[in-house]
Amino acid sequence: MSEQKVLSARLFGPLAVLVENSKARWTAIGAILILMAIGPFIFGQYATVIMTNALLYVVLALGLNIVVGYAGLLDLGYAAFFAIGAYTVGILTQEFGVNFWLTLPVAVLAAAIGGIIIGGPTLRLRSDYLAIVTLGFGEIVRLSARNLDITGKASGISGIEQPYLFGWHIAGYLDFYYVFCVLAILAVFVSVRLANSRLGRAWLYVRHDEDVAEAMGINRVRVKLAAYVIGAIFGSVGGAFFAANLGAISPESFSFTQSVLILMAVILGGMGKIPGVILGALIIILGPELLRDLGPLRLLVFAVGLLLIMLFRPSGIWPGKGAQK
Amino acid sequence: MSEALLNLTGVGLAFAGNTVLDDVNFQVPEKTVVSLIGPNGAGKTSLFNCITGFYKPQMGSVMFDGREMLKLKPHGVTAAGIARTFQNLRLFNEMTVLENVMSGMHCRSSAGAFAAIFRTPTQRREEKEIDEFSRECLDFCGVDDDVDRLATTLAYGHQRRVEIARALATKPKLLLLDEPAAGLNAGEKQDLVALINRIRDERGISVLLIEHDTGLVMKVSERIHVLDHGVMIAEGTAKEIQSNPKVIEAYLGQEDGEASLEL
Repeated sequence: MSEQKVLSARLFGPLAVLVENSKARWTAIGAILILMAIGPFIFGQYATVIMTNALLYVVLALGLNIVVGYAGLLDLGYAAFFAIGAYTVGILTQEFGVNFWLTLPVAVLAAAIGGIIIGGPTLRLRSDYLAIVTLGFGEIVRLSARNLDITGKASGISGIEQPYLFGWHIAGYLDFYYVFCVLAILAVFVSVRLANSRLGRAWLYVRHDEDVAEAMGINRVRVKLAAYVIGAIFGSVGGAFFAANLGAISPESFSFTQSVLILMAVILGGMGKIPGVILGALIIILGPELLRDLGPLRLLVFAVGLLLIMLFRPSGIWPGKGAQK
Repeated sequence: MSEALLNLTGVGLAFAGNTVLDDVNFQVPEKTVVSLIGPNGAGKTSLFNCITGFYKPQMGSVMFDGREMLKLKPHGVTAAGIARTFQNLRLFNEMTVLENVMSGMHCRSSAGAFAAIFRTPTQRREEKEIDEFSRECLDFCGVDDDVDRLATTLAYGHQRRVEIARALATKPKLLLLDEPAAGLNAGEKQDLVALINRIRDERGISVLLIEHDTGLVMKVSERIHVLDHGVMIAEGTAKEIQSNPKVIEAYLGQEDGEASLEL
């Protein structure tokens, strides 16, 4: 056990510096922002498109992190909210000709209502039940999208128009890359603000010990519902821009595998740790791309890599507060 | 006794036909230290759980500050002004001392998600209040450790005090302490007696105490209630309890009965 600790400390020691030292952290954040801004001009179009996808997963993983990481609720159907956002935009812009920006608040509202309908009754129960219900919810949403006329059945919705913002037509891969950069930064900002607040602390209390949290005067159902709904909104916003970016959506984008992939990003990076979750999302998307040269073996190698990470860093890649001593 | 802060009448609790509490009546007046003693398994902690809303008794009523508590969820009871500590230390692991105590202020503050994201002036003022009052509670309980340490790294006696500070941070009118002296040494028990007295005198908070250390109970309480097999068998001052034949009988039923009543 101690050997493992020494090894992981050596491998991830440099990361711990970022946790302990605020100057090092701000330097790192600055460097990352500059790299994000100039990245497309260095790495070219292919890498930029992949990176746009990775940034989408950063948004989704940060949203799920609020549910799983902060409030400790196991959500196995997160893709449902991703789908709700995407389909709300798809249907409203395509069928009703509504402007993209006007559909965004509707998408947020739809996700919030969905979150309350699913979370309201089930969050009163202990969290194992929530996993089952969310699993079911994810499948219900996907199957509904597959079978309803308004969602275009199995072929989905295509030709979703790309939005204008004050005369800027967000259309090319570069435009969407920067849009997703902004979304990811917003997601980080909101996550940080929430984590350092009364509500953020309440999530941790409930996650650590529900009964004691209740005894301290915290309404655990309400606090959990807040986490669930906020997570749903993140997912929905991600889905809305995903629909605008691709211009076409189909039910298969919102499968159970999708939910698991996002959950994997959260667990891999370290539940409840924002930089860890970002890293997790990047690994999940960029990992298979970087291993493309390995051909058919790449998913095997990737899986072994993930297993090794979980073996040596069971609580995620990112070091926790005071974890390294 | 209708003006008592806490008033239990005819409280009865049973689990699957086993009677745990049977027609329990008792009062806690304002600004008083009341103790609840009794042999192991007498139902003391169950009574605590009935008062705080964790158990729902089948019969009776729990009136606090003129309101019925039985209809409320545990968080509602806390918001009404009853705080508690736990028999086994239950601090939030992996959180700092200060964060632990801040949890108590949750029900006395109101900022939501929007206020947190936009850091409104009200939210910042509230966060400052939470921080200040939590530190004040820690100070009051004599926790002089670094408040940013993980709570579970403190010495055992200090963790007990952090728990009391956390309960005080809910701004209660009544504080329930479940065996606060368990595991403390003689010096720490002295400090605990002083702390309980200060909670009553300086904060004006009533204290209801479950404790096995009868010496401490006799020293600190104004009234003592004795519970045995779910029935209140005696109540009175320390002197009255010590000479009550029913109490002696209840304790002698146990092997260490005699020893635990010796002072």
